[in-house]
Amino acid sequence: MRRHLQWSIKQLTANYAEGQCSPRRVTEQALEDALKLKTLNAFIRLTPEQALQQAQESEGRYQNKKPFGSLDGVTIAVKDNFCTQDVHTTCASRMLQDFVPPYDATVCSRLKQSGAVLLGKTNMDQFAMGAGTVDSLYGPTKNIWSEDLDQDHWRIAGGSSGGSASAVAAGLCYAAIGSDTGGSTRNPASYCGVVGLKPTYGLVSRHGLIPLVNSMDVPGIFARSVSDCLEVLNAVAGPDRLDSTTIRQPYTKLHLPEVDKIDLSSVRIGIPKEYHCQGLSSEVLETWSKVADLLECAGASVRQVSLPNTAASIFVYSILNQCEVASNMARYDGIEYGHRASDERSTEQLYALSRAEGFNEVVKTRILTGNFLLLRRNYDHYFEKALRVRRLIAEDFAKVFQSSPSDDRVDILLTPTTLTEAPLYKDFASLTNRDQCAVQDFCTQPANMAGIPAVSIPIRLSRTGLPLSLQLMSNSLNEQLLLSVASWIEAQVGFDSLEHKQECRSKA
Amino acid sequence: MYYSIIRRLGTQPKLATIPKRKWKSVLGLEVHAQIASVSKLFSGSGTSFGAPLNSSVAYFDASIPGTLPVLNRKCVESGIKTALALGCRVNEVSMFDRKHYFYADLPNGYQITQQRAALANDGIMSFPVITPGKKVYYKSVKLLQLQLEQDSGKSLHDEQLKRSLVDLNRAGLPLMELVFAPDLETGEEAASLVKELMLILRRLQTCSCKMEEGALRVDANISIHQEGEPLGVRTEVKNIGSVRSISQAITYEINRQLETVANGGLITNETRSWDAENRRTVAMRDKEVLQDYRFMPEPNLPPLHVNLKPGSKSTEDLLSVAALSEEIPELPEDTRQRLMEQYNLNADTSIILVNEPVLLDHFLSISRSLSQLPNKVIYNFLINDLLTYCNKLNLDVEDCSIKADDLRDILSCLHSEQINIQAARQLIELQQQNPAAKVSELIEINNLQQICNPEAIEELCRQAIANQAKAAQQYQKGKAKALFAIVGEVAKLSKQKANMKMVVECLENQLKSAKK
Repeated sequence: MRRHLQWSIKQLTANYAEGQCSPRRVTEQALEDALKLKTLNAFIRLTPEQALQQAQESEGRYQNKKPFGSLDGVTIAVKDNFCTQDVHTTCASRMLQDFVPPYDATVCSRLKQSGAVLLGKTNMDQFAMGAGTVDSLYGPTKNIWSEDLDQDHWRIAGGSSGGSASAVAAGLCYAAIGSDTGGSTRNPASYCGVVGLKPTYGLVSRHGLIPLVNSMDVPGIFARSVSDCLEVLNAVAGPDRLDSTTIRQPYTKLHLPEVDKIDLSSVRIGIPKEYHCQGLSSEVLETWSKVADLLECAGASVRQVSLPNTAASIFVYSILNQCEVASNMARYDGIEYGHRASDERSTEQLYALSRAEGFNEVVKTRILTGNFLLLRRNYDHYFEKALRVRRLIAEDFAKVFQSSPSDDRVDILLTPTTLTEAPLYKDFASLTNRDQCAVQDFCTQPANMAGIPAVSIPIRLSRTGLPLSLQLMSNSLNEQLLLSVASWIEAQVGFDSLEHKQECRSKA
Repeated sequence: MYYSIIRRLGTQPKLATIPKRKWKSVLGLEVHAQIASVSKLFSGSGTSFGAPLNSSVAYFDASIPGTLPVLNRKCVESGIKTALALGCRVNEVSMFDRKHYFYADLPNGYQITQQRAALANDGIMSFPVITPGKKVYYKSVKLLQLQLEQDSGKSLHDEQLKRSLVDLNRAGLPLMELVFAPDLETGEEAASLVKELMLILRRLQTCSCKMEEGALRVDANISIHQEGEPLGVRTEVKNIGSVRSISQAITYEINRQLETVANGGLITNETRSWDAENRRTVAMRDKEVLQDYRFMPEPNLPPLHVNLKPGSKSTEDLLSVAALSEEIPELPEDTRQRLMEQYNLNADTSIILVNEPVLLDHFLSISRSLSQLPNKVIYNFLINDLLTYCNKLNLDVEDCSIKADDLRDILSCLHSEQINIQAARQLIELQQQNPAAKVSELIEINNLQQICNPEAIEELCRQAIANQAKAAQQYQKGKAKALFAIVGEVAKLSKQKANMKMVVECLENQLKSAKK
């Protein structure tokens, strides 16, 4: 076990500043570990040259006592749907297998500006369409908590940002960037036993994030602690003139109070009854009620609330997702970039074959369905209706967060993240992509509908030794309270993200 | 206008039968006006026409994954000003939509436009209709919608190499699409509408209106039907490249439809292209399939809000329509009214002057600096002499290099009788050929001074009477018109330089005294 992996980002950078350890050494070790744990398939591509270069520069800055920011020298991995200048960005697809972006996504450029060392690009479901990181051109990502990584008894990492979650859980980096459209950050965070934050829609720029559903996509953050998550959020959040949907008001960096100074007596926690749904495992349910009790004992008011339109969310999500996918994927025609088939008999032939070869079945199905739903004769019946129900779902949240009389409202919602522990790959792969997402996203995608922030935090291990996590949601832009409560729970449950059996293996 | 007879163009075949019933033609225009701006509608790349291929292409314009549109504020301002000038209701909230179709020069696979909630609606435009040889009349047409949208790139087809090449310089250029109601009946009305629209857009400086650069494109929807019956099936004519082509293309298409029906054929809903060389419309093959554009809201652009409060000011986040309305200059129709009221011009003259902005500028500037000169002399000279000269050379008045100061000097010399009208006309030509020369120099060099010396005039008259003895006798017998022949003789003898007023007086005197 690398001693420094137990440190928080703050401790790590403090040690850099004191010369106790060096960004170059930490980066070298991370690259070594990543190779040792290649079997996880967390990374699509490591970028050792750039990483070592960045680490070298970081080291120089510490020597000159002029570090860039709070992430200087901190190793971070980025999901392969964020554009990185001169580094392949594939979306785990054949279509973009050879795509090298000419620019950095805003998230990446801001990470660089705060001195982060970018290790490489992490695995994902093709174009982020999935909940397991099993539909990647580069093969599935494995969950480091699996009982057995080698046989067909391994567990999925969750998705679609499974590579990022896996990399953080395995201690290959301190934090990772994912994206979250229906739960793609929180779901793998939940399975992999790390913290996964989906910020308020518009708080973090999407410029350079290759879109799945523009109106729901949010860059997500993985880390092994809530405070590390916040360090990364503070570095990347804030308005961006390159993304017109970012919130215009300037971002003020958030600071968490000391855990023992967090006063829960004024915090009202809501338990939405609709999240007690079919398929919820007894262990998750037990975990959920335990944490609710914990909060109540600490003085928080905990009560049941109702979000009546929750069950509709999965259908609305499915329609909006497929429609936007059909539209967003229209650009992949093999003309300007991306996979181009060899058939050049006509422009139409070239398009058809390039797209047939470049996309997998999941992507193709969504494109076909989405285009069907957008036809003039179907638009009102599906898309328009889905938008209306989406508003109802958002109103459900608005009501519980700000309803009057004021004593009726809650500040935080506590729910499961996923319904179960991480499934076995062989069980998960036997389901269709549609069923995989419908089940796994049940508790996570309503937050994307409403644009509100949500965080998944690991609570305890299941009887099979797999992480069980819960989700907290708050009103838009209330990350301060959301993360404060999360860090309070984190301190109480004392979950160790690195306490998996694989640790012995990587040492061996 | 009722088409009781079919009007024929030179290139058309003769018609077998002429329908006896009365047919009406109905047409509506859709105009795409490229907004004059420094950068594109949603990206920072430049807009200059004729830039090297693919040199003005931001990542967004090439649909590089992950890039997002950022709305250009200047384009919205131009759109609002144009909407206000055309009497539109500017909408407090408008939205952007994606319109999907596959084409190699449309990198995103969709165009961002405004389908559901446009920037502005319900405008109205009144304009004079000018038909050669007919009386000018005013026509009003409703402007249904004004929307902002991005242009596509350009495909270039190399027939020999069997390759298609794409230039994305045009991709993403800002356009205003103006959809007019089908309130028009003739090609001349359509051409006049576009002419007036161009005058307005140029005054606003929201569009260069250079049709030859594609900065203004006109599509016409045309149908015919019998009086009292529902509208017929329409065709759409595209690729109309000049104002002159508008009336030609539409007139051709109306006649083609009438001919088709007369021969027992049916009009099909199709897109046709104007072939300017052969002066006909031809069906466009690749537009045959009826498209379903699968419209969808553009999720990357928040709704566009504007401030409609009177007296409000624009802020960084919110444009004020009231503030923009104060930036609108005098519009062409206001100028026509002003010319009639302040300068006592008649309607037709004010229409001609306003429709030729250069003439208008000349008129106003000369009238200011030569206040002693009657306005009538100025506009007559501009319209009858300068414009005629340009038309003869097939030259746009705008391309005529004669400056207002030179015209003023010519008119000034004319007014002081230093030169006569023939010399003035000659000076137009000389000045155009020697733009740098001064009027006084040209008069000097070319010896254009009017002959006003009484003795010289008398001598010229004597000579002319001698040369035209027969005409002189007729005049003396009371045939007043015969004098013209003698006057003409003086003009010839003096190389058009004699002061004709003096010549007439002198001739009358000489012939009278000879009679005695």
